[in-house]
Amino acid sequence: MSAATIMPLRLEEVAYEAGGRTLIEPVSLDIARGARTLLLGPNGAGKSLLLRLCHGLIRPSRGRVIWEGVAANGGGAALLHRQAMVFQRPVMLRRSALANVEYALKLRRIGRNARHDRAREMLARTGLAPLAHMPARALSGGEQQRLALARAWAIEPEILFLDEPTANLDPSAVKMVEEIIGAIHAAGTKIVMTTHDLGQAHRLADEIIFLHRGRVVERRDTASFFASPETEAARAFVEGRLHW
Amino acid sequence: MQDLGAALGLALQLIVTADASLAEIVGRSLGVSLGAVAMATFLGLPLGAALALFRFPGRHAVTVLLSALMGLPPVVVGLVVYLLLSRSGPLGVLGLLFTPTAMVIAQFILVTPIVAALARQTVEDLWVEYSEQLRSLGTTPARALPTLLWDGRFSLTTAVLAGFGRASAEVGAVMIVGGNIDHVTRVMTTTVALETSKGNLPLALALGFILILLSVGVNAAAFLLRETARERTA
Repeated sequence: MSAATIMPLRLEEVAYEAGGRTLIEPVSLDIARGARTLLLGPNGAGKSLLLRLCHGLIRPSRGRVIWEGVAANGGGAALLHRQAMVFQRPVMLRRSALANVEYALKLRRIGRNARHDRAREMLARTGLAPLAHMPARALSGGEQQRLALARAWAIEPEILFLDEPTANLDPSAVKMVEEIIGAIHAAGTKIVMTTHDLGQAHRLADEIIFLHRGRVVERRDTASFFASPETEAARAFVEGRLHW
Repeated sequence: MQDLGAALGLALQLIVTADASLAEIVGRSLGVSLGAVAMATFLGLPLGAALALFRFPGRHAVTVLLSALMGLPPVVVGLVVYLLLSRSGPLGVLGLLFTPTAMVIAQFILVTPIVAALARQTVEDLWVEYSEQLRSLGTTPARALPTLLWDGRFSLTTAVLAGFGRASAEVGAVMIVGGNIDHVTRVMTTTVALETSKGNLPLALALGFILILLSVGVNAAAFLLRETARERTA
């Protein structure tokens, strides 16, 4: 990865409203490279919205999302080309698994041969090499999510957003997806992921950002968060008593 | 009723023996309609997709207009093209009136709004599903356009077929701009109209059969193509 970076990411008093309701209360956050950050919280806490605000898929109603690195100066596409997102339900293009990965590389103006080789390599890394020429939409849910990870990883993003990537998967598929996320992190990509699964948070998180009712209520390293949650909402969530 | 029975027999005979004049008319009909549909597809698909993807002032007005144009009366289109191409018209120097080219132009005008309006709907529906993923991948609307046309290819064949149905069935426009000249601009629909009025029912009926068979055949072929392709690419 080049020295010029778009990171860190800074949110300044970012709020999001829709239909007259405040869905994300004003929040300021710094997200730097390194540690795996998990956004944890019950359904409807605003985890996915916060992720979309960071990634730029939706605009904040108030406040600013700022990429502070020098490489972010170009803005627009230059900025998007250094980040990736994996959705809860991946959208596969109606073409082969291989072509789905190549598509992301083509958008970044990578030459035909280079993108073919790179796409092959990514499929191998995610255990999909034997399925390269299968139509992407004919793959199972777990395979599609691994393909989505291969597609995101192929562009070597500086930061990868994942929105409940294992929510619809069976345990063995969850394990594979988590291993791939670990490998992507090990290769130098910042991981920012949402989950409502405590076990997954334990396994994957270096730090936890806990959301409740559209508000960031805690941000701690994983061990201390689980050992002694500071707020009643977090305590209730960790202990399995849903607090509404 | 006896007339009808005899006419039916003669019609089948014309078809079975591949009568030369019948074949000529069928060939010209296909040439004109397929030519018009090909051009309308070439223009209409990107136009419809652009309307679905790009936000610009007046977009809704254009969308409504396009849908309204789907119901353009063929005789009116024929009349307008006639006026444009006639000797004293602005395009009169081209000398296209009463040629198959004029017929292609008229049908192109009839078919393009159908292809474009149906393509717009298909691409708009796809965009709802794809929007976040494609924007996340870094796709601009200009690059999303060919992507969505390609991913919507199975649904879009329906738009093209609807256009072909319109072109092959219409009689008003080609009658006016083609003139129904024997061996030059006579096509199936104009022949059916002419021969019926002359009382020559066998030829008219034979052409009627072929028109229907053609329509069924084209749609069946497209259906099979779509199904096999869908199986291969899910």
